[in-house]
Amino acid sequence: MKSNASPQPADAAMAPQDERLQRIPFWKKALGRPELGALAGTILVLTFFLVVARGTGMFTPSGILNFLEVAAQLGIIATAAALLMIGGEFDLSIGSMIGLAGILIAIPVVQYGWPLWAAILLAFSCAALVGATNGYLVNRTGLPSFIVTLGFLFILRGLAIGISRLLTGRTQIGGIHQHLPGDWLAALFSGEVATGLFGWMAAQGWIATNFAGNPVVTGIPISIVWWLGLTAVATWVLLCTPYGNWIFASGGDANAARNSGVPVHRVKISLFVFTAFSATVFACLQVMDTGSADTIRGLLKELEAIIAVVIGGALLTGGYGSAIGAALGALIFGLVQMGIFYTGVNTDWFQVFLGAMLLVAVLFNNFMRKKAMEAK
Amino acid sequence: MSEHTPTIEMRNVSKHFGSVIALSDISMKVDSGEVMCLLGDNGAGKSTLIKTLSGVYRPTEGELLLEGKPTRFKSPAYALDAGIATVYQDLAMIPLMSITRNFFMGREPTVGWGPFKRIAWKHADRVAKQEMAKIGIDVRDPGQPVGTLSGGERQCVAIARAVYFGAKVLILDEPTSALGVKQASVVLRYIAKARADGLAVIFITHNVHHAYPVADAFTLLKRGTSLGTFRKDEISREEVLNMMAGGAEMESLDAELAEFQRSDQESKARQNGNTASLPGGPQQAYAAGDQ
Repeated sequence: MKSNASPQPADAAMAPQDERLQRIPFWKKALGRPELGALAGTILVLTFFLVVARGTGMFTPSGILNFLEVAAQLGIIATAAALLMIGGEFDLSIGSMIGLAGILIAIPVVQYGWPLWAAILLAFSCAALVGATNGYLVNRTGLPSFIVTLGFLFILRGLAIGISRLLTGRTQIGGIHQHLPGDWLAALFSGEVATGLFGWMAAQGWIATNFAGNPVVTGIPISIVWWLGLTAVATWVLLCTPYGNWIFASGGDANAARNSGVPVHRVKISLFVFTAFSATVFACLQVMDTGSADTIRGLLKELEAIIAVVIGGALLTGGYGSAIGAALGALIFGLVQMGIFYTGVNTDWFQVFLGAMLLVAVLFNNFMRKKAMEAK
Repeated sequence: MSEHTPTIEMRNVSKHFGSVIALSDISMKVDSGEVMCLLGDNGAGKSTLIKTLSGVYRPTEGELLLEGKPTRFKSPAYALDAGIATVYQDLAMIPLMSITRNFFMGREPTVGWGPFKRIAWKHADRVAKQEMAKIGIDVRDPGQPVGTLSGGERQCVAIARAVYFGAKVLILDEPTSALGVKQASVVLRYIAKARADGLAVIFITHNVHHAYPVADAFTLLKRGTSLGTFRKDEISREEVLNMMAGGAEMESLDAELAEFQRSDQESKARQNGNTASLPGGPQQAYAAGDQ
């Protein structure tokens, strides 16, 4: 701008500029982050079980991997659900997509002798189609995504049951393990990593070994790698890329975003595709792990994912949230679920805790948002 | 050369929505360094006009000339690229996002390559802070949410953004209507500055007191037609006000009000006579039962 000599506003600009430039303390900055509540919650729950579940084996290497694996499975879909919720939409069809994707992998392999990699590609293609359809319908009709994806919750579940009963006469399909060895794509979804490291640690006597001298824990399950990887990518996208800014903008105010030139429709469609993708990753991991597919897999997972995301500090109304928060939400989920198991509390109480946790998280988030708007 | 090309010009523009004629035969031109004030009551067609200018609607008839060249915009994004920036009433700002994120929304500066392309945050923060300082708003931290700014400041962020991204035409939709006197003056001062920077400004309002100090010319809209364009030296504040309200209409309004008063008194007199059979009685009972 060229007019430096134009009349300056009398009040504000007359004050020396640096006067208000005080340093913001770190804790104050942290208060503005969405994942703060989830972090506090994680520390609280962790401390609680460190005390209560002391000596039960929950915090041995295998115990730790147990609850991390529970967290990882949920965390994979929660990451995608977080991005979508920040983008202002819900996907209630995640759970049904998990069931359908499992069937789409199992039937071609077991019934028609496809190689595993081809079936996995088929599942991912169908997921992309489902995600794009969800997104297209939400954009096109202007209906709340809650309704559109609720429709798909039933459609996909029904398709999974219908297809498998029609083609195989059953709703459970097993025998996938025998197709696993040597498949290049399935290798991405099965097994463990860092097995060498664990073997070495066992040799050093740092971790427990069984009678044969092999470590009890042989490696890190691949689901944990997927979880951490997706969380890292999602965080990077949200915080560092233009696309991340578009996600925040689309969820914050779609109209304002569109007026500023953000391709809101494309952003939303891609986010729906990503949730369907994450559901398929979940399904792949589960199918490779158990060696079977079942039409009722993934039941209620969409709601668990939403709980993790909300505990992670995202606003249901969109425009605010974080992938790290969702990961912490999933971690709390895993800690509590396994913690209740290890401490011998009746697992019936898990759901009570989960619901209460959700309410507390929402109240806390609303409070924090108000605080953020006040902080001048 | 007296016959220079205006920055933006509308020639005989009409816009129909089905059988509704929202705009009919509007002609208007705005030069660079000029503030054109678009005045009109609710339903006069102000919003339709700016949406036509900013590429949301395409005119049914007539043409739009940008720097002398006939133009048709496929979408607001194209208008934006051509240098027509619109600051909407609802601010086009997202309260929960930071000032920097808002400032660069849709046009983020990036560094890096391919999949590692990322927003140049340092640069973006610095620019946002600088541009805000230029308009006299000292932002302590460009990472603070826009929601922490006052209404006038938010409006200024939106305008500063448009100016920074090289707008030639700035369309402001009721920028001061939701603001208090002091906040409005911040925005008006900034409009004057944008004019000094050589922008063509179209300022939509129904508040003559806000419009008069900064405007160079006025176009008055009424029921989809233009009542004409007047230079500031041709017309006084009172005349503008009078035309907006419609002098003749005001007179008929006075007559109507007198009529209301008279019939009011009459019905009161009647009611005093027979209060027993109020027509509202059974209806009220029904409404209560409905709840």
